[in-house]
Amino acid sequence: MKTFCSVWLLLSLVELSPAPPASQEPPLACTGAPDPAPPQPETAEDMASTGDLEPTHYPARRAAQVALHYLNTHHGSPFRVFGLQQVHKASAEDVAAGGRKYKLDFSVTDWGSGSAGPALRCSADVLFPRTERHSAPKVELHCEALQQINSTAQEDDAFYQKYISPDSTVSARDIPDSFGNMSEEMQPFWRLARVAASFIMLRESSENTEFNMAKVASITQQESSEEQLMLEFVVLLHDFPSQEIVQWKLLASWSPDRGVRVLQTEWQPRCPHATKPPN
Amino acid sequence: MRLYLAVFALLAAVHCEELFNGDQVLRINAESENHIQILKKLERDVDSGLDFWTHAVSTEQPVDIRVPHSSLYALKDFLKKNNIPFTVIINNVQEHLVREREEMVRNAKMESKTKSFNFAAYHDLETIYNFMDTLVANHSKLISKVNIGSTYENRSMYVLKFSTGGEKKPAIWIDAGIHAREWISHATAVWLADRIAKDFKENRAHVPSILSQMDIYLMIVANPDGYVFTHISSSPLSRFWCKSRSATSNPKCHGVDLNRNWDAEFGGPGASDDPCAEDYRGPSAQSEIEVKNIVKFIMSHGNFKSFMTLHSYMQLLMYPYGYIGIDAPDWPELHDVATKASKALNSWHGTVYKVGSIFHTIDQASGTSVDWAYLRGIKYSFAFALRDTGEYGFLLPADQIVSTARETWFALRYIMKYVCDHPY
Repeated sequence: MKTFCSVWLLLSLVELSPAPPASQEPPLACTGAPDPAPPQPETAEDMASTGDLEPTHYPARRAAQVALHYLNTHHGSPFRVFGLQQVHKASAEDVAAGGRKYKLDFSVTDWGSGSAGPALRCSADVLFPRTERHSAPKVELHCEALQQINSTAQEDDAFYQKYISPDSTVSARDIPDSFGNMSEEMQPFWRLARVAASFIMLRESSENTEFNMAKVASITQQESSEEQLMLEFVVLLHDFPSQEIVQWKLLASWSPDRGVRVLQTEWQPRCPHATKPPN
Repeated sequence: MRLYLAVFALLAAVHCEELFNGDQVLRINAESENHIQILKKLERDVDSGLDFWTHAVSTEQPVDIRVPHSSLYALKDFLKKNNIPFTVIINNVQEHLVREREEMVRNAKMESKTKSFNFAAYHDLETIYNFMDTLVANHSKLISKVNIGSTYENRSMYVLKFSTGGEKKPAIWIDAGIHAREWISHATAVWLADRIAKDFKENRAHVPSILSQMDIYLMIVANPDGYVFTHISSSPLSRFWCKSRSATSNPKCHGVDLNRNWDAEFGGPGASDDPCAEDYRGPSAQSEIEVKNIVKFIMSHGNFKSFMTLHSYMQLLMYPYGYIGIDAPDWPELHDVATKASKALNSWHGTVYKVGSIFHTIDQASGTSVDWAYLRGIKYSFAFALRDTGEYGFLLPADQIVSTARETWFALRYIMKYVCDHPY
């Protein structure tokens, strides 16, 4: 029976492909991945982006996305992640010591409440330093009515109580799956991953990047420590300008009181042999 | 095909152990939105052990669920209590697997031809190609399938031609899926094909008037090799594959970014010369057979008036140029058309799109299809980046397919009507 089953499985596998593909299951071969945020030559747009900026163009949008990452590191939770709705006004100026500072006026929404939810108006200063080695942008952010949006304290607490128990060993892969599906149970973990990933995305951002989290490859709950949920995530980030997918492993803690903290991050190059560190 | 895949998944998942004895597959026929909500809730409950082979989407499509033996009575009871009709389509999954596999495959193929196609789901290449054949068969006077050549891995590239007759009428080109991982673009194009056919059949504005004067060419999968590759597994190396699948000068890296390979300022900034990069332009313009096939087709036709390409994500409606930041000569008109089209799109679900040139909204990009078309004199050239703006990105949930397609249709229909009313 077992050999019959195996043969049958193999036959099914053969039938499944309409034409013999040149490639099978993607090999874990070295693809020589570039730096997560590859430096790009200054384009004409960069030169021109001093003074008032067109809010729908990418320089303003990239800077706003950086402010978003900052917002999420401070106010994101298992039940709250903010997304950019639109940029209303933007300007940029070169500053002393060779950096560029963007001033932004934009709106954000809570992804949890969808397009039906209220938009929050925010203003931010985003400073991209111009240093030899990449250093993280600096953000000053103010959002109206941040305290007034519906508190998620109840959901946060229920979620915390459920998973802080010593027996809890949550482990999952592919959130969401190829078809965008995600179970309701996984959604708070996905949001936590997104918030934790925001620390990395904020740190790695420059005027030449625009990061989003493409997918959570895996979630593995670690032993709780100091009353914090400890979660190890492997996340895939998508950089819009270069279209590259970058993989990071990170260890994060969360509790309703302390919020999200990221304790360790590790860039995982696609090429096992690459030793070039990111930035 | 789906049924067959589900069977295979079962086999693979349990490594041929006999775990399906007494399991049944129920077909649920939801009759109301309330039923749909109940079923959706059931599906979200991962502890239930229910295996949804098709998802609860609308009352027009049945929902198939494999139910473990231990849950059968409880579920049937639950369905009866809620007055949700169901039938048992597979009485004992284990026995069925062993004895009836071939018949099930045959039935599934038949069913997929005659039953309603599930537009609210992502489908593999074979299923999409079957859908095209069914559509052509059901609208044979209006639609024909044109084979414009083969891919690197020798798959056929098909374009659906919507025409009410005449010799080389002025034409509109729409393609999707040039970037394999942007699944919402293929799914939208599938829906669009059906919608155009329906609107023509039911004499709904403005399709009949557009088709009286112009032909529409719709290429649902512009990069079949890449699309097949994204279906191999859920691993990021597979699902997030973007490019073609050709061999490059680097044996460890495959594929060219098909939207950097066109003969439009090829080689300029805004693309990479590294075969391992996602925006690798290729060794030369049109080096990729997929691009060459489309170019040959459009040039030999010679009478295209509009060229539109569907991508994701970011919710943008863009026009030339990508390769340079100066305004295209037709900028005011293109900007106006795109702005009005995005308003039409927004009118349906409130989805906000940003309008601008490729260069300004995304970044400098050389060798793009939209630039190529525009530089060849196809004035009304646009690129769409569909939903969303980063929440799910490439992994847009299937339950957003139909609303995305519908709002996109509003924009496309506006543009097509405009092109039709402004011959040149």
